[in-house]
Amino acid sequence: MELTTLETVPGKTITRHLGLVQGSTVRSKHAGKDILAGLKNFVGGELKSYTQLLNESRTEALDRMVEQARDAGANAVVNIRFSTSNIAAGAAEVMAYGTAVVVS
Amino acid sequence: MEGIFQIGIFVVMLVIGLFAGRANERRHYRELAENEERLRDIVTCAGRGAADSFRSGTLVVGSVVIAEDYFKRVAASLKSLVGGNIRSYESLLERGRREAIVRMKQEARRLGATHVVNVRLETASLAEDWSAQRPMFSAEFIAYGTALSSS
Repeated sequence: MELTTLETVPGKTITRHLGLVQGSTVRSKHAGKDILAGLKNFVGGELKSYTQLLNESRTEALDRMVEQARDAGANAVVNIRFSTSNIAAGAAEVMAYGTAVVVS
Repeated sequence: MEGIFQIGIFVVMLVIGLFAGRANERRHYRELAENEERLRDIVTCAGRGAADSFRSGTLVVGSVVIAEDYFKRVAASLKSLVGGNIRSYESLLERGRREAIVRMKQEARRLGATHVVNVRLETASLAEDWSAQRPMFSAEFIAYGTALSSS
């Protein structure tokens, strides 16, 4: 599966458009990690546990999007975009979407 | 008595935030400068760039979650009384965004790419605890794009 943020796949031509595909995941923060992050907040800087958490979520969202594209018979997803939103206390939604295409 | 205790805690947190936060920020700026220098040869652009002359492209993502320190928080709330630029947040957001770009470029380097095109930047604020009256501010920065390599 080819994944790009461009509207084309470099070195290939798009033969068919299969429409929008998307994948999303909602994750809550781990309680233990949350306490550590709270302490870290007094000194500022990177919250590594959250960085890791959101990275995992993004991989998961991307995987779901790819699965949906595969079901549609695509071999590439172009114009991929990400978005993150904070929907409730301690939970974040991560979404990935793009256009499923067939390239050759 | 209780009032004195609370003021004491406030002052201690402020001092910790001031010194540890400053040291953190200085170290981060130094690391950023080193990493950016190392990755300078990877060309990035927000548009298509020279995408058509390459044979393959892959999605690369870099992200980081950065939080304010206690001193910044107090400084920002004082500054917002009079309005104007909140410097303490400006540096925080700048660091976050630069770090995300550095991480994206590092992933591109691992893939052996020389260009990253169609780069998009995204920011999402993550409040620490919404039940608190004024939640600690932290934000996620994402940079993503298409890494191009000629092979």
